[in-house]
Amino acid sequence: MMLSRVAERLFWSARYLERVENTARLVSVYDELLFDLPKDIEITWYNLIEIISGEEEFEQRYKVKDERNVVKFLLADDTNPSSILSSLKMVKENIRTTRDVVPGEMWELICELDLYATQNIKQGINRSGRHMFLNTLIEGCQKIIGLLAGTMSRDSGWHFLIMGRYLERADMNTRILDAATSLITQSAADQGLHLDQVIWSKVLKSQSGYLDYRRSVRTSITGAKVVNFLLNDPFLPRTLTYCVEQIKIAASQLPHAGQGIASLLERLKNNEYTIHSSKDINDKFSEYLNDIQVDIIKLTEQITDNWFQFHPENTA
Amino acid sequence: METMSSNYQSGDFFDELIDAKQQARPPAQQLLGYLDSLSEDELETRRLMAEATIQEMGISFTVYTEEGNIDRAWPFDIIPRIISAADWRIAEQGLKQRLTALNLFIDDLYHDQNVIKDGIIPEHVIKDSKNFRPECIGISPAHGVWAHICGTDLVRAEDGEFYVLEDNLRVPSGVSYMLENRAITKRVLPELFEKDRIQPIGSYPSQLFDTLASLSPRDIEEPEIVVLTPGIYNSAYFEHAFLAQQMGTELVEGSDLFVDSDDCVYMKTINGPERVDVIYRRIDDLFLDPEAFDSESVLGVPGLMRAWRKGNVALANAPGAGVADDKVVYAYVPDIIRYYLKEEPILKNVKTYLCEEPDQRAYVLENLDKLVVKPANESGGYGMLVGPHSTKKEQALFAELITKHPRNYIAQPTLKLSTAPTLISKGSLEPRHLDLRPFILQGKDIYVTAGGLTRVAMKKGSLVVNSSQGGGSKDTWIVETEEL
Repeated sequence: MMLSRVAERLFWSARYLERVENTARLVSVYDELLFDLPKDIEITWYNLIEIISGEEEFEQRYKVKDERNVVKFLLADDTNPSSILSSLKMVKENIRTTRDVVPGEMWELICELDLYATQNIKQGINRSGRHMFLNTLIEGCQKIIGLLAGTMSRDSGWHFLIMGRYLERADMNTRILDAATSLITQSAADQGLHLDQVIWSKVLKSQSGYLDYRRSVRTSITGAKVVNFLLNDPFLPRTLTYCVEQIKIAASQLPHAGQGIASLLERLKNNEYTIHSSKDINDKFSEYLNDIQVDIIKLTEQITDNWFQFHPENTA
Repeated sequence: METMSSNYQSGDFFDELIDAKQQARPPAQQLLGYLDSLSEDELETRRLMAEATIQEMGISFTVYTEEGNIDRAWPFDIIPRIISAADWRIAEQGLKQRLTALNLFIDDLYHDQNVIKDGIIPEHVIKDSKNFRPECIGISPAHGVWAHICGTDLVRAEDGEFYVLEDNLRVPSGVSYMLENRAITKRVLPELFEKDRIQPIGSYPSQLFDTLASLSPRDIEEPEIVVLTPGIYNSAYFEHAFLAQQMGTELVEGSDLFVDSDDCVYMKTINGPERVDVIYRRIDDLFLDPEAFDSESVLGVPGLMRAWRKGNVALANAPGAGVADDKVVYAYVPDIIRYYLKEEPILKNVKTYLCEEPDQRAYVLENLDKLVVKPANESGGYGMLVGPHSTKKEQALFAELITKHPRNYIAQPTLKLSTAPTLISKGSLEPRHLDLRPFILQGKDIYVTAGGLTRVAMKKGSLVVNSSQGGGSKDTWIVETEEL
């Protein structure tokens, strides 16, 4: 038995917590990426704003698209509803109102994490302390996920958390692939090979997939292989296939999951887009990723409709 | 040797921990001995530990200000307030006696009104009470009990005796802070829990659950109990969530519930509607049901009163229970106890002047600089005049208010509230005034918390203990000193 409102808040708290971690990972990897690229390659911090589709909000606030503003926007700004601080506030507010269904320590951990982030935000914005700051945040998120894994009952509340987490993760996964694709397609042909290697290995690292890729793909890093790996590998817990499968399992445990969800998930899972070589990482692929994004939005709507908007006719 | 406790000057009030000869009272001996064994730095470390614990545990309360609502960390003093078990046994009996009588009184008011017919309390007192609800006449809640959860404010005066300051029978809050204060103290002063025999308080949530379950209109094994909160912007939201979690019940907002055409209450779940049996409501009467009371209320549930009147759902506390926490009714409580129970009141009332009685009003108006004037129906320490701390202008304003609406005001002598040592700055204990709010539960059975929530006025000389107005709190220990 679970209130629709509580289910909705759990779902969003998991999404926002995942967003905190993903944003921290993204900034962290970008930091490194810019160190490793040859100076003549033009990659700007502003790409990060494009990845999270934050252009409009960013430009309302800032004129200069430099590192400081981008990082501030992603980490600290309250005008950006997806910034790390905003997301943490959302997790906190959602958990504050659902404390009764999550393990007691969850509230303490999220308060602690929010406090840390707020008090040390300057470290994140200045480059010297950034790595440490982001790492602590990622660890904080992992701690909460670990707490839930170790102590939370696998009842409906759990399934809503799982759906929220993997939906957000799938969303970020495809956004990062899309961003990498546009970097590659925009760069000059003569820079191709070297850039390819640097970018795709960073993409793997952003998804904690670098070592797994090394172990399971066992060849050099190429765009085509990385893309296939991050979309289709069934074992790495950050690939699209894995995320969709988790959502599917969770949804099937809930009352009246219905056909709407099943067919959407099926479509996301049977992703048949084939990438044979680096040539296939092009605008068409970008469109395909865009279609996936649209399906993810539809999935959120379907979840909302199924469980969060109360229909009196769905009697128990 | 100079120690922290020997430097402590208790002043001319009754001090909870130290007697007139500057010796530790028996139940406080362990504590004071222990504090003296700590260095200033060590004590400061403990204080900081408490502060950090409060932040980590997210213990907060909301203050309403003109700039919006602020979530503040719970103000807490690490030095516990200690009461001997022997003293407490008497207070406990007195509190049970008082709530039993008050519930008989409320039930009588909504039925035969014998208490009025027999001349114990004048009819106009009830008729003019803001909290008397004609909608409740003729209703018979389970066990004849209307006020299931009661927070009674006690003070100790200079004679060392407990007096009842007021009864809170509507939606009293603070019990979660009582429990959290204990949790913090266990982390900060763990050594003392090994030495002292401190009565545990942790069973409150299960007592509350049992009380609520005993009200279920359906005789089923697992009645559906919910805590109804006005939502996150309420100053006691933390407590609502805390209690729901501790009891394992749902925390609901008005919009989570609806009353169907069968006049039963349901909550909206991912499975569809689920019938609700008992609602521990933490919203005021007038917001409960826009159909019955305030039609603008978005906090309540349309049709809730209908469902309650039909006996399809229990509300705790029952609507209309607040009639007995009117401060004019308060003055009659000793007579009410004698009338219903044929017993002498165990706990004393504070001398109370009713401004609607001409003689008493005249006395009040002449002595505004010495008395505390309180509105009859407010809570939270708002709208009060503390005579000795007031200006001539404030007194004139109250004289005008009292003359215009005498029924709305009562006055009491300024009490010499007891004090207890409070850590004010590093290594320095100073006396601060305090009160005590124990919680009493009545359903099928009756239960009193061991101790309660001690609130302390952190400002020197201040008598205002409300957390919304700069008050703090302490853990409260009931300590057994006699050999068992």
